[in-house]
Amino acid sequence: MKKPVIEFHNYSFKYNSQVEPTLRDLNFTIYEGEKVLIVGPSGSGKSTIGHCINGLVPFSFKGEVTGSLKILGKEAKSLDIFSLSKMVGTVLQDPDGQFIGLTVGEDIAFALENDCTEQQTMHEIVDEVAKMVEMDGYLSSSIHHLSGGQKQRVSLAGVLVDKVEILLFDEPLANLDPATGKYAIELIERIQKETNTTVVIIEHRLEDVLHCPVDRIIVIDDGRVVADMSPDQLLASEYLEKSYIREPLYVKAAKYAGCEIMEEMKPAHPSTFALDGCRDQLLTWVEAVDIVPSSEKREPILELKDISFSYEPGRKTIHDVSFSIEKGEMVSIVGKNGAGKSTLSKIICGFEKLSSGQILFDGQDITHDTIKERSLRIGLVMQNPNHMISKNMIFDEVALGLVIRGVAEEEVKERVERTLKICGLYPFRNWPISALSFGQKKRVTIASILVLEPEVIILDEPTAGQDLRHYTEIMEFLVELNRQGKTIVMITHDMHLMLEYTPRAIVIEGGRKIADDSSAAILTDSGIIQQANLKETSLFELAKRLEIGEPRRFVERFIACDREVRNIWQ
Amino acid sequence: MAVEMLSYIERKSPIHELTGVTKLICFIIWSSAAMLTYDTRILAFLFIFSIVIFFISKIKLKEISFILIFILVFLLLNNIAIYAFSPQEGVKIYGTSHVLFEIFGRYNVTIEQIFYQINITLKYFTVIPVALLFIATTHPSEFAASMNKIGVSYRISYAVALALRYIPDVQRDFRNIALSQQARGIDMSSKEKLPKRIKNATSIIIPLILSSLEKIDTISNAMELRGFGKNKRRTWYSARPFQKRDYLTLIAFVLLFVISMVVTYYDGDRFYNPFV
Amino acid sequence: MFKKLFSIKTIVAIGIGAAVFIILAKFASIPSPIPNTSIQTSYAFLALMAIVFGPIAGGLIGLIGHALNDAISYGSVWWSWVVVSMIVGFLIGLVAKKIDIESGDFSKKKIITFNITQVLAQAIGWLLIAPLLDILIYAEPANKVFAQGFFAVVSNIVTVGVIGTILLIAYAKTRSKSNSLHREL
Repeated sequence: MKKPVIEFHNYSFKYNSQVEPTLRDLNFTIYEGEKVLIVGPSGSGKSTIGHCINGLVPFSFKGEVTGSLKILGKEAKSLDIFSLSKMVGTVLQDPDGQFIGLTVGEDIAFALENDCTEQQTMHEIVDEVAKMVEMDGYLSSSIHHLSGGQKQRVSLAGVLVDKVEILLFDEPLANLDPATGKYAIELIERIQKETNTTVVIIEHRLEDVLHCPVDRIIVIDDGRVVADMSPDQLLASEYLEKSYIREPLYVKAAKYAGCEIMEEMKPAHPSTFALDGCRDQLLTWVEAVDIVPSSEKREPILELKDISFSYEPGRKTIHDVSFSIEKGEMVSIVGKNGAGKSTLSKIICGFEKLSSGQILFDGQDITHDTIKERSLRIGLVMQNPNHMISKNMIFDEVALGLVIRGVAEEEVKERVERTLKICGLYPFRNWPISALSFGQKKRVTIASILVLEPEVIILDEPTAGQDLRHYTEIMEFLVELNRQGKTIVMITHDMHLMLEYTPRAIVIEGGRKIADDSSAAILTDSGIIQQANLKETSLFELAKRLEIGEPRRFVERFIACDREVRNIWQ
Repeated sequence: MAVEMLSYIERKSPIHELTGVTKLICFIIWSSAAMLTYDTRILAFLFIFSIVIFFISKIKLKEISFILIFILVFLLLNNIAIYAFSPQEGVKIYGTSHVLFEIFGRYNVTIEQIFYQINITLKYFTVIPVALLFIATTHPSEFAASMNKIGVSYRISYAVALALRYIPDVQRDFRNIALSQQARGIDMSSKEKLPKRIKNATSIIIPLILSSLEKIDTISNAMELRGFGKNKRRTWYSARPFQKRDYLTLIAFVLLFVISMVVTYYDGDRFYNPFV
Repeated sequence: MFKKLFSIKTIVAIGIGAAVFIILAKFASIPSPIPNTSIQTSYAFLALMAIVFGPIAGGLIGLIGHALNDAISYGSVWWSWVVVSMIVGFLIGLVAKKIDIESGDFSKKKIITFNITQVLAQAIGWLLIAPLLDILIYAEPANKVFAQGFFAVVSNIVTVGVIGTILLIAYAKTRSKSNSLHREL
């Protein structure tokens, strides 16, 4: 019998600031050496479970606790946060918030410094741990020169110095590009093997975590445990669908084709997934597809011609990028963290002055237009909604741009209400923004741009941090806008989003455009995938295993089917 | 908006090799000496000495020229203001009046006034090279450790480290917010009328404050989870051990301080008066 | 005792507060109609932080923020004025408990309390301490430094009075209880 390390027993928790309890009557146990994934939609309480394990609940987030939680056999309530931090090492979601030191070495040493470790010992431990996470060459680098993935590795090293017995990862994939995310999952796997720790991962990107084996998955919905079983068992069940968690795409495809998924088929990984039973069904399913011919060529609305840009003289960030976006198109701009995607969007909006090149809008040269002039035609929704929100009430926030432009009160009201309805925010119109979730805030910022009626909308990571349900909501909402004639450009890491919603994609790498093609073509070009840190979706792997000559058709069939199903949710 | 900031300049020099603690103490001694004395001989000596140190540090004038220009402009304006407000200040201090020429009313030019204003400028100048050097040659990581070592609570020292760590992040946030608000038509420049400008400014400052408060929560949680504040003291990864050269430098600076004070106050007055 | 006075949150608030103070001082001054002067929004922020986190945080944000800003922008530190920022932050923070902004209530009475405090705090700082220190340290002419102090006090009192009050009202609103919210169709 294995030793239990985390035991929830009739555990409930209610934040002081809330009326309803966030966690209700939890009962589950995690054993020594296990790797457990906790999944759940946004607002399900899965992050709160993480806070309970590391002690932030109830020591930092105050509230009412009932029932019992034992960590390594000790009642958590009776410990303090410092003793808990010696048992549980937490890697938080936001790497910039967790990275406290000025340099890599200092940050890794932070916990050791607090323990008054002698300097020499400290340097030895830091060197050793940095090697484990492959950051040993960067000890004196400043945080501002690291990529998102590197910051996360440093955060991991920072908790490894303590020889903790439990490693807790709160949404480790949230800010990473696809290939870096894959690497992070492999790193977690390796570290667990090397250190013999118990690992708890809280994440809603199930398929990405399953890239490496997981012992058990616990599904949380509405503060309760709805499932607690092995990945194979879970994927054969209905629980994920019921809780609006995205199932692995290859499993979903098999389900659409009418196959019955069973635990024995080992669906947890696309390479182990036993297809023999459902090969025929899948093949027939694919045959039934009609590929919609790509629509005729339309007029360009936005054209970039040989754009170059540098933040400091002599070091170009963007090199001679040219592309054109057609009226009514929906396009993705993809590439790894720091490739220059966001810079490009800022150049288009006039936030950055380009060093050479030309930008045309509807055939007119707008290279020298001001931010304000461009904002009438092109709207940019920033990645972090907190950077855009300045009003307290939702209505006022969405109205702000109109009020400043001197639009009459009546018209403001009418336009804001219409926009709020489109964005599904109408029922909340008189709420303070502070009462909204991250995803809802994001929608407020989209609404506040939309209300200005720009012809082109650029969205930086529109679905980051959203669960499948909100993801679908936002994307379908954008599709609807697109149908109404708006041109939509998305900057994203999410390969499936790109495939699913944008027929065309532009790939940026090192400030250069390296591809501009149909999304499906890009995701089958292994050269580009590697160069730009992208990742094939598992649908391609499935198609390959089925020996389907044209994997693209398979993917397209899947997308058509999937969107139809998810539309019923709304 | 590219306002340059003075920061650490990586180099190999004897000044860089001194520990942060030594440099911090020397900086404090130097500032105190320059603040307390008004003796022209001492100020001139300190100024020349600070320029020598500056050369030893191998920092190039070019690298800090943007700040020097700024200071020179400030000192020029300050001198004009002093003269405008008090053209007889020098006469008052030194007790004599050697008029060079009259302008009008109480505005004339005396040797005393010129001497007084040279002194005040020299006083500002004496501090500048050392202050510049302290910042340009001390790695920010060593800052907090050094403050802690000279007796400042490690909690306050760490607050300084956090400020240094997060200045670039806050700057980036500020820029993003300002730009996205501008794209909604919010203008903070002087094109708008003042009340509106103030209103517009708040719509940039409020998101910055709210997101910074959120940052405070995240960071305090992260620090708590990693055991900050557990003990009465803490050790520092980036602290450097004292070497012989540190002791020698400290002794030299203390001596310098004592000598300047003795020379300055020898005659019971902090001003050096060449006119009597 | 020290530990209580300096909770982790206070320390972080001082650090981040100082960073924001610096960025506002550098980038967010509003040009005013009087030539060569600008509205220093950083002091409105300092007042907010003092009210939210109390006198110790207020004082240290003023001290560290102003000293670091002098150092990285001008290459030397004007201690006489730095000290004033510290005192202003500290004095305003003294009414933090009384105003209790976390309650979400920032009524007219509290707005008046806040403004009386900030006027007094700034008068003490800019009209008394700054000029005295300038005279003591630099032997600058008395009428010049008092004129400077007068100028600073007027512009900063107006800034904190207007923008500081707006910021506090906005902050108080985000603290209001959201228990009573329900969807309207």
